[in-house]
Amino acid sequence: MSIAAHCRELADQIAAADPPPMTIMEVCGTHSHAIGRYGIRQLLPESIRLISGPGCPVCVTADSDLDAIVQIAQQGAIIATFGDMVRVIGPRGSLADARAAGVEVRVMYSPMQSLDLAREYPDREVVLIGVGFETTTPAIAVTVSDAASTGLRNFSVYACHKLVPPALEVLIADPDCRIDALLCPGHVSTIIGANAYEFIPRDHGIPCAIAGFTPLDILLGVNSLVNQIVSGEPRVDNCYPRAVQAEGNPKARAQVESVFAVADVDWRGLGMLPDSGLALRAEYSHLDARTRFDLAPPIEIDRGPCICGEVLQGKALPTDCPAFGSACTPQSPIGPCMVSSEGSCAAAYRYGG
Amino acid sequence: MAGKRHPMHHQPTDQTIGLGHGSGGAAMQQLIRDELLSVLPGQNPDALEDAAVLDLPPGRIAFTTDSFTVQPLEFPGGNIGHLAVHGTVNDLAMRGARPLYLSVGMIIEEGLPLDTLRRIVASLGEAAHDADVSIVAGDTKVVGRGQADGIFINTSGIGTCGPHAPSVAAARPGDLVLVNGTMGDHGVAVMIAREDLQVTADLRSDTAALYSLVEPMLAAGGEGIHTLRDLTRGGLAAGLNEIASSSGVGISVDSRAIPVRPEVGGVCEILGLSPYAVANEGKLVAMVAPDAADAVLEAMREHPLGADAAIIGEATDARTAERGAGATGLVRVTTAIGTTRVLELPAGELLPRIC
Repeated sequence: MSIAAHCRELADQIAAADPPPMTIMEVCGTHSHAIGRYGIRQLLPESIRLISGPGCPVCVTADSDLDAIVQIAQQGAIIATFGDMVRVIGPRGSLADARAAGVEVRVMYSPMQSLDLAREYPDREVVLIGVGFETTTPAIAVTVSDAASTGLRNFSVYACHKLVPPALEVLIADPDCRIDALLCPGHVSTIIGANAYEFIPRDHGIPCAIAGFTPLDILLGVNSLVNQIVSGEPRVDNCYPRAVQAEGNPKARAQVESVFAVADVDWRGLGMLPDSGLALRAEYSHLDARTRFDLAPPIEIDRGPCICGEVLQGKALPTDCPAFGSACTPQSPIGPCMVSSEGSCAAAYRYGG
Repeated sequence: MAGKRHPMHHQPTDQTIGLGHGSGGAAMQQLIRDELLSVLPGQNPDALEDAAVLDLPPGRIAFTTDSFTVQPLEFPGGNIGHLAVHGTVNDLAMRGARPLYLSVGMIIEEGLPLDTLRRIVASLGEAAHDADVSIVAGDTKVVGRGQADGIFINTSGIGTCGPHAPSVAAARPGDLVLVNGTMGDHGVAVMIAREDLQVTADLRSDTAALYSLVEPMLAAGGEGIHTLRDLTRGGLAAGLNEIASSSGVGISVDSRAIPVRPEVGGVCEILGLSPYAVANEGKLVAMVAPDAADAVLEAMREHPLGADAAIIGEATDARTAERGAGATGLVRVTTAIGTTRVLELPAGELLPRIC
């Protein structure tokens, strides 16, 4: 049977369950994009509404952090970053603007490339922008511990790493939030494990399904959530067992814990959340760009009608934003959700909602 | 100022290009004579004149210009010299014109290794020879370090038009959409070379001169070939969107019919890019009347540059093309699972994602 036929079969099963109206949040930006790219909504009954969550690391990066990163660039450091961060507009413009004005911004595929850069330019400060959820953090942690053990003097990291479970807890505890079920991120779950979501069905009665990123994976996840809602028995269903284990990856977590400590961090749209992110441990403070550079207090930015904050919380759809598709497009984005290839607004724009 | 060294400027050596090579003096004449003219085909007694004097056959001519910059300058499957020839002769070929003459202008950054320049110029000459086009005019400038990126090349080309000139604005509803092979090979090969990605697959640029393919296509399809477009920057997605908006049609393609090498698809998947938005340098799309499409496809498949040619979709009435939320929505693609979505115009720089 072809993939298309398998997908149709699953879609028929979902329809046959006669699902009541429900809102499923896909937490991860990669899910949002796969759903758009494969037109998965066309296979689902109209009663199922899929909305994007706060799972694009670029989108949830706070203005205060964007402001600090551009300040660091303007102070002469070479910025090593993943590509998605380059065009995000902060209070002092984007890294792309800074690059056009002469600062050096290098796009990396692996954080370890930033160490090569530091060795190549021993007279320059090289700053790695550490952005991402649990999936990305282990590689950043390895990079930091490598920099420390090799005694690199001109390397530092600006870390704004975030944790998925605390953000989910805030979202589902919000009385304004109407999420009936969660499609949980496949890649993050390889690190944190299926067990990390147990509190969600137990304490909040909300079904969870961990899914991979092919169309079939996503439909399997949706099918599980529909069955859980219809049967009234919420649980954590691991629909991605070929990659995700109950315990996750303890070795990767140990690596992260040796370098980072849990901290209160600032999220776009959600604000300062307790214990929702990571900061460098004291023994690595000499590699912390936050203290290494003299940073002015963040300035405010007026994003006009942009409602990225609401979109990230699942309280609004991209198409609800007055700027969507007119003032804000991938060519000239206002909000971060339109910039990143994983952003929910970019997905809605590209693939037609 | 003689003898005073600017800290940024290295003295010319026999190993690299120096500012002296662009001064108009002896060093420059030697560079032009020894390194450029000797390896370029089509040089004539006018080579050092201020302008070339050309014989042109009667009829209309096509004329185009393009500038080339790429990093790295050399990549698997070619270098900037190949691109500078292929890019311009292909633009001529897309109007059904046989390329005849090229001009080549080079802006070289001080410090470019002479061996690199030699290889680029040799490739330029080889590509021109293979494309059966003469380089009849040229110019060389050398600029200081940091004022160029190794070398920039501009080429302008003249070709003679045939009886029928396909146009980006001439596609009609019902036309079939043909491509001559796999999408995204060039862009992915360059990206892997630029970023030094550890990929073991043999990925090479598809850079090629397309007139020898276009000629039999036109012979087979004649005026049934409404549009030809080479799929360079922005790839298939940009090409189809340009045709749709210029011609006022919708276009519907099926991803299951679009040829993509599995390794190109794999690299794109990892980097979060679409093979449909990545550049090609030896690929074209043709909008062909349905009654001519089979003959054109057959002519393409008989040519080495069209061995993987395929019909990937059709043009539709723009008024019935579904609208996307934000994009123009004129071009739609059927996905691997049989659903459809907008194939958007690529936005800006291709940037690899976080996860």
